Amino acid sequence: MANIRIIKRRIRSVQNTAKVTSAMEMIAASKMRRSQQRLLAGRPYSDTMLELMGHLAAQIGDNGDDVHPLLRRREVKRIEVIHITPDRGLCGGLNSNLNRFTGQFLLDHDVLASVIPVGRKGRDFMVRSSRDVRAVFVDQGDRPTLLDTLPIAHLAIEDYESGYADEVYVSYGRFVSTVVQRPTMQKLLPVEPVQMESNMMSGYIYEPNSMQVLGSILPRFVEMQIYHAILESIGSEQSARMVAMRNATDSANDMIQSLTLLMNKMRQESITTELLDIVGGAAALEG
Amino acid sequence: MAPMKLEIITAERVVYSDEVDVVVAPGVEGELGILPHHAPLMTVLLPGEITIRKGGEQTYLAVSGGFLEMMANTVTILADAAERSDEIDEVRVQEAMKRAQERVAMRSSDMDLERAVNSIRRSQARLKVVQRRRSRPSPPPGQTQP
Repeated sequence: MANIRIIKRRIRSVQNTAKVTSAMEMIAASKMRRSQQRLLAGRPYSDTMLELMGHLAAQIGDNGDDVHPLLRRREVKRIEVIHITPDRGLCGGLNSNLNRFTGQFLLDHDVLASVIPVGRKGRDFMVRSSRDVRAVFVDQGDRPTLLDTLPIAHLAIEDYESGYADEVYVSYGRFVSTVVQRPTMQKLLPVEPVQMESNMMSGYIYEPNSMQVLGSILPRFVEMQIYHAILESIGSEQSARMVAMRNATDSANDMIQSLTLLMNKMRQESITTELLDIVGGAAALEG
Repeated sequence: MAPMKLEIITAERVVYSDEVDVVVAPGVEGELGILPHHAPLMTVLLPGEITIRKGGEQTYLAVSGGFLEMMANTVTILADAAERSDEIDEVRVQEAMKRAQERVAMRSSDMDLERAVNSIRRSQARLKVVQRRRSRPSPPPGQTQP
């Protein structure tokens, strides 16, 4: 009898867990819709800008002193990685995938490296693995504006211009679909040129001049790329959490079912034994 | 003349994407007209009005600054913000303009002044586009205005 009570208690506890996870699933689903919408709407801008910068970098080349500081290539002594992760857990393997991905990237590069974690989970990982943490940004929320993310971009630009870091990367979970989030590493600075056919290499006309155009477009480029990476990361987080919570709810329900079955079996068994006892007792009396 | 491709993209959405004949945009050194097969060009845009001609039809958009690239017969405009004339709320624009003008009149600080002046420019661009819409002939009877 005691066993049945224990199982009953267990079922109730699993039921409560299922309630929590299914509530979290619903919250994540609604947040996911919103963040997905935002990030998909922003993708054309971000992709076009990346392409445009590639054209620019390809035409300008990468040496000489008259090149804009943000395009100038240097010998790489120190890299800086902006590591974007969620603030919170309970989103399946997303956090550990992201951390492992960036960790591996850092191990593969045999130069000095600084990290700028954006999000608590990335910060904790970088601190734990005693990386050189340059700055930490947490609590970006679920719907940050461009303004919220500007300090990150400005720090990266400053570090690159001052020569503190010779390459700047950004690492984030790219939202592929609701069930797939791909850890992605993107080189931010110096801007990577794209391969172009030679007939397109004729050179731009700049208005008013290349320095001024680049001077206004390059910082904007960095700002927008980081902003967009954060949007991608939020979309990934919410969809990963939704899927993880749905799985958790499903497992909880499976568990409830098998526990209920077990409990019923035990109850029946005990009833059978009781009946046998009674029947046996009655037979003994009659005899 | 063979048309060229035009894309106007903001951080929030793709505002315009079509084949067009002429694009006129507010470059930093003045209005800038682009025809198909223009040489590669890259310029900064000021707040102002973009005029698009496609066939016999003209479309007007307000833009709040950004960049324009001409490359391989494709014009790409990366705008900070852009609206078609029918998306602009005239009353709101006028309010924004009034606020900005007040701030300019008060002259609190340089930073504020710059922002206020920019805000006035953006409002002016939007108003200009809205007025274009109004000056267009009204639709024939029987057709309701959207």
